[in-house]
Amino acid sequence: MTRLRYLKNVTTLAFDEEKCIGCGVCMTVCPQAVFGMNGDKRVQIEDRDACMECGACALNCPTEALTVTAGVGCAAAVINSMLGGGSATGCCCSIEPDETCSGNKRPTCC
Amino acid sequence: MNPPRMDQPFVIGAIETDIGRVPQVSSSLGWADHWGTIKARSGLNRMHYAVDPGLYALGNPDAGSLALVTANYKLSFDSLRSALPGRDAWILVLDTEGINVWCAAGKGTFSTAELVARIKSSKINQIVSHRKIILPQLGAPGIAAHIVKKLAGFTVHYGPIRTKDLAEYLDRGMAATPVMRLKTFTLSERAVLIPIELVQALKAALVVALVALVISGFGGQGTYVDNVVTYGIFFTIALLGGVFAGAVLTPLLLPYIPGRAFALKGLVLGLITAVVLVFFRNPDMTQWANRLEILAWLLLVPAVAAYLAMNFTGASTYTSLSGVKKEMQWALPLEITAGTAGCLLWLGSRFII
Repeated sequence: MTRLRYLKNVTTLAFDEEKCIGCGVCMTVCPQAVFGMNGDKRVQIEDRDACMECGACALNCPTEALTVTAGVGCAAAVINSMLGGGSATGCCCSIEPDETCSGNKRPTCC
Repeated sequence: MNPPRMDQPFVIGAIETDIGRVPQVSSSLGWADHWGTIKARSGLNRMHYAVDPGLYALGNPDAGSLALVTANYKLSFDSLRSALPGRDAWILVLDTEGINVWCAAGKGTFSTAELVARIKSSKINQIVSHRKIILPQLGAPGIAAHIVKKLAGFTVHYGPIRTKDLAEYLDRGMAATPVMRLKTFTLSERAVLIPIELVQALKAALVVALVALVISGFGGQGTYVDNVVTYGIFFTIALLGGVFAGAVLTPLLLPYIPGRAFALKGLVLGLITAVVLVFFRNPDMTQWANRLEILAWLLLVPAVAAYLAMNFTGASTYTSLSGVKKEMQWALPLEITAGTAGCLLWLGSRFII
């Protein structure tokens, strides 16, 4: 069976090739096999639409070559945040105002 | 931060170390562990199924043994220890407020700060002679490996996604195969998520169905009881049909339903379900009341199914927040409009015509 695919052309993943040192930690942490090596020195984005914006690559990238607006793809969380935070639901979700991957403020969901 | 309690039911003994007694656990799960898993999976006590954070000994580890990290959700802890029969290791449990590794990493409780603090408070750096620590790959959205190295001196090794691959990963010298690094969403992985979604949906459906049953008796020509049996019961069946299509069929058939957006998948199955329901309702279409009622089902059932399917994005393993927001832009207004219109049409068919 082929892998399940979500919507095309939506991810906020961005890659600054100049900053990449080719350590490959992004390839290790990505659960969707978005990255591959481009020669020996750098990685490249090979499957952009597979990105689920978990933020693992950006957080672990030692040179900040990768950035992504990390979040959890959870409709209940989006609804909860629209309703002003809200209490826990089936997936105990709510999204914090700051959804960026910088620092330790992160969207919440389970 | 207190060390984990010795009187937790799964603790089988204690290991004496330089820094004191460390609770010992086994890789084999008892009946209480299995029963706890069933309860957690069905949503009965999911929110309070936690183990004490801190350091545990799996088997009889020593200074050279592996150090593994997990969350303090009992299912995560059980999954880790049961994957390593016959092996000795230290298990460092982070305080994730009883939430699994992946969700806690997204939530920010399975974090660099918590890991660094827990390494220090557990004194694991005084117990092990090496400086390697193995984390589940799905903890990576919360952990910056290079910062952990800088602050705590430990090198983070990201293990496989699934604990069932952990033994092989270790035997290969802490090297994962590409398959071990890929998050799947297989039939069985989808199926175990159904109960919790279903229980949640049925709670809401029960309230709506009760209201509809009470109201249904007042409309129509027959006695109160006749009307409840003719119209109220069918309302309940139709509602349950929508719930079943969205919360059971959509997860099960996910790869085979057309469309990429979850709401669209739910909509497709909801429409099919509605058509089947209408077929069995087999109404006299010359009457306006029946026409309205049929239209109500064609709107209400797909709306319910689409909404519940959309909510399954949160349980799925491959949806992005940007994608969910994009699909919700069209799906949520559509679901609310169709659902409201369906309810009004049903009421109209009962009371106006």
